[in-house]
Amino acid sequence: MSGESQLLPNGRVLRYSFQERAIHWLAGISYVYLLLTGLAFWSPWLFWMAIALGGGTISRELHPWFGLVFVFAVVLMFRMWGAQMKETPQDKAWWRGLRHYVRNEDEKMPSADRFNPGQKLLFWGFFWNGIVLLLTGLVLWNPQWIPWGVGFVRPICALLHAIAALLTIGLFIIHIYMGTAIERGAFGSVIRGDVSRAWADKHHRSWYQRLVKDSSRK
Amino acid sequence: MSQATMEIRRISGHAGAVPGAGMSRSYDVCKLIDTTTCIGCKACEVACLEWNGYSFSETSFNNSYQTMPETAWNYWNLIKFNEYEHPDHGLMLLMRKDQCMHCEDPGCLEACPADGAIVQYQNGIVDFQQDRCIGCGYCMSGCPFNIPKFSTEARKVFKCTLCSDRVSQGLEPACIKSCPTGCLHFGSKDDMRELADRRTKQLREHSGFGNAGVYDPPGVGGTHVIYVLHDATNPEIYGGLPKDPHIPWSVRLWKHPLKWLGNLAMIGGIAGVFVHYLRFGPKTVEDGAKPQGGTR
Repeated sequence: MSGESQLLPNGRVLRYSFQERAIHWLAGISYVYLLLTGLAFWSPWLFWMAIALGGGTISRELHPWFGLVFVFAVVLMFRMWGAQMKETPQDKAWWRGLRHYVRNEDEKMPSADRFNPGQKLLFWGFFWNGIVLLLTGLVLWNPQWIPWGVGFVRPICALLHAIAALLTIGLFIIHIYMGTAIERGAFGSVIRGDVSRAWADKHHRSWYQRLVKDSSRK
Repeated sequence: MSQATMEIRRISGHAGAVPGAGMSRSYDVCKLIDTTTCIGCKACEVACLEWNGYSFSETSFNNSYQTMPETAWNYWNLIKFNEYEHPDHGLMLLMRKDQCMHCEDPGCLEACPADGAIVQYQNGIVDFQQDRCIGCGYCMSGCPFNIPKFSTEARKVFKCTLCSDRVSQGLEPACIKSCPTGCLHFGSKDDMRELADRRTKQLREHSGFGNAGVYDPPGVGGTHVIYVLHDATNPEIYGGLPKDPHIPWSVRLWKHPLKWLGNLAMIGGIAGVFVHYLRFGPKTVEDGAKPQGGTR
């Protein structure tokens, strides 16, 4: 349940292994490319993003390939984290206390496991929207292969692709905000892998306590 | 195709005002195709290839008079052929010259995200600018007539230009020039409508085609290519001419309500987290704070 996470001899806690961090950034970097080129195709006011990334034609050529990289990373994440992202009965209490979480009244929140229910929502949101983006994206990749008789699926796929992308953008804004501005230390954990014991105890108490128990048992 | 010297009315994927909009006194041009006098000689197909410089494509005669199943990226003008058993007139060989309809409300332009890749001139011609096309193929999704075609070599989309290069120089389109029966006409939209109405009246009153009519579909705001049909109530028999073409609802939904909703949500989301930060700030963990709970 805790992956490779462990208490480190220097008094810190390893939260994400190298493999976890590498896969996270494979997804992260490919997503940011997809986001920028996708937004360029979304609005004329943002088309300059495609120009900045090498031009509209190159952006259109590479966007689907980066999409495959992103989906590959999401599949790896699913294999790596899928089990830990399962909803537990305690999650309901966490969602009921969301108001306190938003107001930074964390002492009133039930303790979270390695991933809190908000992180689970992020994961499943990207997972399911990723499936929609993949399936609709495959149609948009080579629309000339779709016979005219079923041509109506092409604009429907364009519409669904945009809706799914917007949903991930909502999750992405919150993810970046939480990971950089709100939970100080979280960004370091996904770069260098480790967090302080106080951080682990504050944000993911159930996980931290289990690590402590496991290490004292050894 | 070429940067024709004509006033521009609308351009695709463009932020801000359209240069030249409303500045021209040029009138709407129109091509009139009278399917009742077309003999299917395909001179227009040849003239189109000749003028635009494309080589002759491989033909596929599938027990039909038709050159190929549908237009191609380098074959913009195709006579659609259909054998039709008319209740009063018996077997009819229907010939319809298929090409871009130059919609007043073009679905290709509506769907296109590339700045200036599709332009609509003041005179109604809808033209693709391949140097600005990014090859996404959204125009193919927006078109109700299956006209824009993707070239796998060029990675761009092509279609009939209504000979914008010729029209801008005061010439008629190449197909019109080649027609030996006079079933193709070119002029102002008003003149062509008048001519078409006169011809359909003749067909109704003197030739026994009670359903004869003009195809100028209002679902796309009318078109700058119009047909005279023996049976306007049943355009599908003319090689699948859609009865009520319109820009797909999904394109409308995607380009209008969803775009505004999405933009507001994205701006609102960014503003929301910023205000949250000002109000509540980060979840700090004091340095050296002793972890609470747990077995130590």
